[in-house]
Amino acid sequence: MPHYEPWSEERAEAVIGEFAHLEGPLMPMLHAVQETFGYVPDAVVPMLAERLNVSRAEVHGVVTFYHDFRHEPAGQHVLKLCRAEACQAAGGDALAAHAEHKLGCKLGETTADGRVTVEPIYCLGLCATAPSAMLDGRIVARLNERRLDALISEAQS
Amino acid sequence: MSTNSVTVRIYVPKDACAIACGADEVVEAIQAAALARKQPVEIIRTGSRGMLWLEPLVEVATPEGRIAYGPVEEGDVAGLFDTGFLAGGAHALRIGRPEEHPFMAKQTRLTFARCGIVDPTSYTDYVAHGGYKGLERALALGPVGIIEEVKKSGLRGRGGAGFPTAIKWKTVADARDDRKYIVCNADEGDSGTFADRMIMEGDPFELIEGMTIAGIAVGATKGYVYTRSEYPHAIAAMEKAIEVARQHGMLGINIAGSTHSFDMEVRMGAGAYVCGEETALLDSLEGGRGTVRAKPPLPAHKGLFQKPTVINNVLSLTAVPHILADGGEFYANFGMGRSRGTMPIQIAGNVKHGGLFETAFGITLGELINDIGGGTASGRPVKAAQVGGPLGAYVPTWQFDLPFDYEAFAAKDALIGHGGIVVFDESADMVKMARFAMEFCSVESCGKCTPCRIGSTRGVEVIDRIVAGERREKNLEVLKDLCQTMKLGSLCALGGFTPYPVLSALTHFPEEFGDTPRRLEAAE
Ligand SMILES: Cc1cc2nc3c(=O)[nH]c(=O)nc-3n(C[C@H](O)[C@H](O)[C@H](O)COP(=O)(O)O)c2cc1C
Ligand code: SF4
Ligand code: FES
Repeated sequence: MPHYEPWSEERAEAVIGEFAHLEGPLMPMLHAVQETFGYVPDAVVPMLAERLNVSRAEVHGVVTFYHDFRHEPAGQHVLKLCRAEACQAAGGDALAAHAEHKLGCKLGETTADGRVTVEPIYCLGLCATAPSAMLDGRIVARLNERRLDALISEAQS
Repeated sequence: MSTNSVTVRIYVPKDACAIACGADEVVEAIQAAALARKQPVEIIRTGSRGMLWLEPLVEVATPEGRIAYGPVEEGDVAGLFDTGFLAGGAHALRIGRPEEHPFMAKQTRLTFARCGIVDPTSYTDYVAHGGYKGLERALALGPVGIIEEVKKSGLRGRGGAGFPTAIKWKTVADARDDRKYIVCNADEGDSGTFADRMIMEGDPFELIEGMTIAGIAVGATKGYVYTRSEYPHAIAAMEKAIEVARQHGMLGINIAGSTHSFDMEVRMGAGAYVCGEETALLDSLEGGRGTVRAKPPLPAHKGLFQKPTVINNVLSLTAVPHILADGGEFYANFGMGRSRGTMPIQIAGNVKHGGLFETAFGITLGELINDIGGGTASGRPVKAAQVGGPLGAYVPTWQFDLPFDYEAFAAKDALIGHGGIVVFDESADMVKMARFAMEFCSVESCGKCTPCRIGSTRGVEVIDRIVAGERREKNLEVLKDLCQTMKLGSLCALGGFTPYPVLSALTHFPEEFGDTPRRLEAAE
C-alpha cells in the first residue's frame, strides 16, 4: 500500500528543489509532488509558478491537462483497469462491469469507505496477454473474474 | 532430490508482460526449490523473446543450448525440478529450443535479435552479442557517411507517419545552432502496441546506441527519451542502462574515446495520449500542456526549446545500429515497394498466440493473424482486426490478404501505424467500437481544433442516436459528414484519423448500424 506524506510546504520546496537543475523541470516536479503527497495540492501551484518564473494560470493549466495528476487524494488503494481496444477484445468490458458491481462505484470513483479508487487506464502495453490491470503500481495480465476478485479483496483488506 | 553441484543458469524474463503473468513469483519459487534441493542456480533476468502467450517462459542453459518451458506458474516449479528440467528434461511445459519454435523460426530479427537473450543490464553481454558495432562504424564514417547509410537503408519512421528518417536527420544536420537535440518518442500509447516497451526493457543499450549515432550524425549532444507513466519497468530498465553506459564511457564526454559527446535522460509523460504526437511531446518535455503545434516550423528547424531537433520513434532509432553495422543495403534488401527493412509487428487482443513478430514488410494480415497468431483465443471466428492503434481502421477478414506495406494499407484507407494488430472475434460490437473511437478522441483531444474537440463529442451523441434507432438514415449521414469535417479540419492525426476506425466499422459492417448492407469490396 502506498504511503504518502501529509502536506508540508517545507517538504514540497525540498521535493521541487531536487529538479531545479533540469531543463524543462515542471513535469518531473509535478510527478515528484504527486509521489510524495499522493496528489498535487493547490498550494503547490504558486510555489512552482514562482520558482519557474511563470504565471500561476500556466502551472494550473499544465496540472489540469494531464490525466495522471490528481487534484485530491485517491482512496487507500488504486485499481486501474485497462479499457483500451485490445483489452476490450479480450473481455475487458465484462470485467469492468464486474468490478463496478463488486465495489459499488463506477470507474473514476472511490468506494464510500475510501478504501479503493477504481479507474480506467488506456493500455499498459500488455495487450498480448489481455485483459490487464494495475493495483497500486503492480501490473497484472490475463485478468479473469477470479483474478479480479482476488485483486479487489486485496484492495479492500 | 539433489541434481548436481554445478551451478545451473536459468533465464527468466523481467519484461513487464512476464512480470504481469507472474515471473517474479516464479523466480522466488525457483530460488526456494533450488535451496531446498541444495542445487546452486544462477538466475538471469532477461527481456522477453516475444512469445508472450508462453510467458513466463523459463529457459535453462544445457549443453544442447537453452531449453525453454512455459507458461510456467509458481505452482509448476517444484514439478519442473522433479522431472529434471535443469538438464532440459521432458515436461508438459517443455517448449524446446526457443529459436526453433515456429513463431521464432519464421521471423527475421534485426532490431529484436538480442531481446530475450541478453541481460539488459549488462554492457558486456551487449557487446558480446554484436552491440556497439554500429557506433564503431558510425564513428569511422562521420556525420555525412552515417546519413548516407541511413538513406540507403530506406528506413521510414516507425512511429506511424512513415517519414524517411534520413531526410529528417539531414535537415537537422544542416541547421546551424549552438544546441541540437535527439528526442526519442517512446510514448507508445496505441492499444495493441508494446514493441517500444519490450526493447527498452529487453535491449535498452540498442536504443542508447541508436540515439548516440543520431547525435553524431546531426551534431546533437543531448538526448531525451519521452515515455509513458504506464511503463515503469521500461523507465527503470532505461535508466539503469544509461547509468551503465556512462560508466563504460559510452555516454558523456568523448564517447568511446572519440571527440563526440552525447548524454541522455528519460522523461515521463502523465497519461495524455496526444503527447505521442511529436510537437505535443516537445511541449510536454518543455513543461507545458501537451498541445499540438502548427507546422511549420518543423521540429527539425525549431524543436525542443526552439532548437533543431530530431524526433524519432524507438523502433526507428533501434533500427539504426544494424543499418550502420551491416550497411544500409543489407537492411534495404528486406521488404517490399517503398517499405524497406523489417517491422516488429505486435499481435494482440483476442488472439491465441499473441506476441512480437519481427519480419520483412510484405507479409499479409491473414498470415499474421491466422497462421502465426493461431486465430482467436476464444476459439470463435475472427471478425476483424484493428491495425495501427486507436486511429487505425478495422480491417474485415475479407481484406486479410492485405500485405504489410505503408502504401498498400493507405490504398485501403487503413494504417500500419506503429505495427499493432488487435484481433476481435465475432462477438465484437462494431458500433460500440466506433463509439469508443469517438469517445477516446474527445477525451484525449488537445483542444486546439473544433472538429476534433467538439466533433468527437458530437460523434458519440450521433452514434448513441443511431443505436437508439432515432432517425437512423439521417443520423448516419450526419456521422459521415462529421467524419469528413474531422478529416479535413484537424491539425493532427488524432482528429484527422479518428474517422478511419469509425468509417471502416460503418463501411464493412453496415448492418450493425442498421444501414443497408452493401458489401462492395467483397465482390471486387
Ligand atoms: C495523436 C498522435 C499520437 C502519436 N503517438 C505516437 C507515439 O506514441 N509514438 C510515436 O513514435 N509516434 C507517435 N505519433 C507520431 C509522431 O507524431 C511522429 O510522427 C513520430 O514521433 C516521428 O518519428 P518517426 O519518424 O521515427 O516515426 C503520434 C501522432 C499522433 C497524431
Ligand atoms: S486534431 Fe485534436 S489533438 Fe490534434 S491538434 Fe487538433 S484538437 Fe489537438
Ligand atoms: S490495451 Fe490493455 S494493455 Fe494494451
